[in-house]
Amino acid sequence: MTAVPHRPTPVRSPPAAGGAPPQRPVSGDPAAARPVLQSPYVARVIDRMAHELLEKTRGGGDVVLLGIPTRGTTLARRLAARVHAFAGLTVPSGSLDITLYRDDLRLKRPRPLEETDVPPDGVDGKLVVLVDDVLFSGRSVRAALDALADLGRPRAVQLAVLVDRGHRELPIRADYVGKNIPTSLRETVHVLLVEDDGRDAVLLGPADLGRDERARG
Amino acid sequence: MKRHLLSAADLTLEDATLVLDTAEELAQVSARTVKKLPTLRGRTVVNLFFEDSTRTRTSFELAAKRLSADVINFSAKGSSVSKGETLKDTALTLEAMGSDAVVIRHSWSGAPANLARWVRGSVVNAGDGTHEHPTQALLDAFTMRKRLGRLEGLKVTIVGDILHSRVARSNVLLLATLGADVTLVAPPTLLPVGVQAWPAQVSYDLDAVLPKSDVVMMLRVQRERMGPGPAADTETAYFPSTREYSRRYGLDVRRVTALADDAIVMHPGPMVRGMEIAPEVADGHRSTIMEQVANGVSVRMAVLYLLLGGADSAIGAPATGSSRVTAGQT
Repeated sequence: MTAVPHRPTPVRSPPAAGGAPPQRPVSGDPAAARPVLQSPYVARVIDRMAHELLEKTRGGGDVVLLGIPTRGTTLARRLAARVHAFAGLTVPSGSLDITLYRDDLRLKRPRPLEETDVPPDGVDGKLVVLVDDVLFSGRSVRAALDALADLGRPRAVQLAVLVDRGHRELPIRADYVGKNIPTSLRETVHVLLVEDDGRDAVLLGPADLGRDERARG
Repeated sequence: MKRHLLSAADLTLEDATLVLDTAEELAQVSARTVKKLPTLRGRTVVNLFFEDSTRTRTSFELAAKRLSADVINFSAKGSSVSKGETLKDTALTLEAMGSDAVVIRHSWSGAPANLARWVRGSVVNAGDGTHEHPTQALLDAFTMRKRLGRLEGLKVTIVGDILHSRVARSNVLLLATLGADVTLVAPPTLLPVGVQAWPAQVSYDLDAVLPKSDVVMMLRVQRERMGPGPAADTETAYFPSTREYSRRYGLDVRRVTALADDAIVMHPGPMVRGMEIAPEVADGHRSTIMEQVANGVSVRMAVLYLLLGGADSAIGAPATGSSRVTAGQT
């Protein structure tokens, strides 16, 4: 795992000035969810991840960013934009739906599929960086690796996540981590992004906010 | 709870939209080098076909295989049915071998509904008599949405042998759910009794309806379901001659010019070139006939995934209580 310089956690209550108006897109009771990362810091974390990506991939020449819907796709797009801003390099970004590859498919009602949008040049021989919002059990990443194998044969696959909350159930680790957040198994982590939710934030929720989210790590 | 797809009327607007959206994503699989998903691995789908079929059977087979299900193809010819085995015994025999879903085509209207009472797995109606063919309606709606971008308010004209057409009935029901306006055009003899109660308009004049249509769906005249004509020299009792039918209700090159610029021509197949549709029209740029076939695989994948992919079905009619002991013998 990449050594992540630890930054002071900007826990502020009330929210910092200039923050987006409080919206409530989170299921359950968002009032009970505690912000761990707020508006300007999320963008800074993403900026740092973009720099690390450029550094670790030696310029990012053959990188393809594939996000796991929905927040992962948004993050991939944002990372690509930051890489472009810093290095003038256009990195293709897309999305990879993993629904049909999940190992918990049989445990619940079939879900609607999300968009899969692979950049036109494909993934063969490329350095594919999978992007997700939260790394938890590692099961989503396993599903993504299977889905990726059916699309082609990348030169190598790396993983970028905004939040690593621990509790891995599979031997999977991330190459780029925005923030390590130690959590209890009963807590939930919600990533909000401007594009999807109207504001940037990482929220740490109480116990039963979404047991369904467990499988999402 | 297992559910079935027996009628297009089983689908709510949400269900139908979910199938179409799912099919949209699944269509991408057909364009990949590895045309396979692990989703139904370990599940068994039985294709139970008591009536001839080219498109539907291969389409269901391919759809199930692309989702990694095991597929058993059963056709009445060459099976114990020819020795006198009943539908129920055949179905229970196949279920005893561990099938999770049965895709059935039968010449009896209502056979899939009966089957649904006897077997534990999901039942998908792949065409029953002159009753329904819901997956055909779904793939038709999918094709319309893909070509024209919407279904709400779309003017759909269905032309031909409505009386014997399960495709027409399923399309009328599904399109009504999806908000399209359907007009049925046929000679009075080829309209079913009670058509006034269908959520569709009826016309006998194709030329009057064509300019207002976004979609024209041509149906084959199902001669195999019609008796011989009243006199030795007449072909059938339903219309005077093939030639006259074709003149009044066939889509020829001249009629196509009356259509709006972006209107499309559909046909569920099999088509009889020169009768209900001219060869030039069937092969023309408005024709979606081959797209319909390709879309059929995606739509059937979506239906199988939504019925079988999880612990519970996401679409379809609720299963009636298990009545395997009391259900009547066929």
